[in-house]
Amino acid sequence: MVSPLPPFDPEASSKFFFKHGHTGWLGLEYSDHGENWVELKLPWREDLLGDADRPILASGPIVSLMDMASGMSIWTTMKTFNPVATLDLRVDYQRPAREHCAVIGRAECYRITRSAAFVRGIAYDDDIDDPVAHIAGVFMTIGKDPRSGTI
Amino acid sequence: MAQSDQSGGDNASEKAMTAQLPHYAQSLGIKVSEFEDGLPVLTVEFGPMVEGRPGAFHGGATSGLLENAGYAALRAVLIAEDRDPQLKPINITVQFLSAGKNKPTFAKGRITRLGRRNANVSVEAWQDDRSRPIATAIMNILMAERME
Repeated sequence: MVSPLPPFDPEASSKFFFKHGHTGWLGLEYSDHGENWVELKLPWREDLLGDADRPILASGPIVSLMDMASGMSIWTTMKTFNPVATLDLRVDYQRPAREHCAVIGRAECYRITRSAAFVRGIAYDDDIDDPVAHIAGVFMTIGKDPRSGTI
Repeated sequence: MAQSDQSGGDNASEKAMTAQLPHYAQSLGIKVSEFEDGLPVLTVEFGPMVEGRPGAFHGGATSGLLENAGYAALRAVLIAEDRDPQLKPINITVQFLSAGKNKPTFAKGRITRLGRRNANVSVEAWQDDRSRPIATAIMNILMAERME
């Protein structure tokens, strides 16, 4: 009998998630979380600009930020680290992110079925009521928590 | 505005177009690999900067490649029409079809509809087998005339 695993902890996991790979390169940071949501921060960086004419953050890093916050909101809601695959992710850009501002991504998992998880969220810089983008995503659970050792 | 040679897939035009990619694309190591029918094919090598789960592309990195391929395709078509608007993202929907493995990924955009103010662009990303895309995207891009 496997002893129960501790619930998924978004703050503690961030230390591992953002140490390597794409999210490490972006420099994502843990910001906050609740029962079914996670907030991450994408610090401002000159080499992530997406427009030759204006100092505007590219939209690609915002997709990465929201994809990661979405996955973590699902694990936070389920309380387990079951691997999930993104089926689709939609981003509606409301306005450019402000120059020299970090972008915060807040994703909320509002529904989980046996095999799918539904997420919505916003990206914002200095005012949560004036978002940079709205997102909606659907994810599929593809296995058990690897920490249980019984994948 | 820089002139872009679209007469063929010679190495110089791909290098010139790579140099015109946004900072973000260049930081991620995205390059123009070739032109097909006047449209650029973008590519990115697998490496730590694009890695999500060990040995696989992060969905965000794949999205970044798709998005840049969409913009590059639109820019190429606009240049051919002698237009030079500012491009602003309206939205992007990415469909993830299978995991991107630890090998180079390619992406090419196609302009589904080119209007005066909006372009609808569809993009596909693939690895070894082009008939099995790993991800696709639909983008709406606003084209704003430049204010002098």
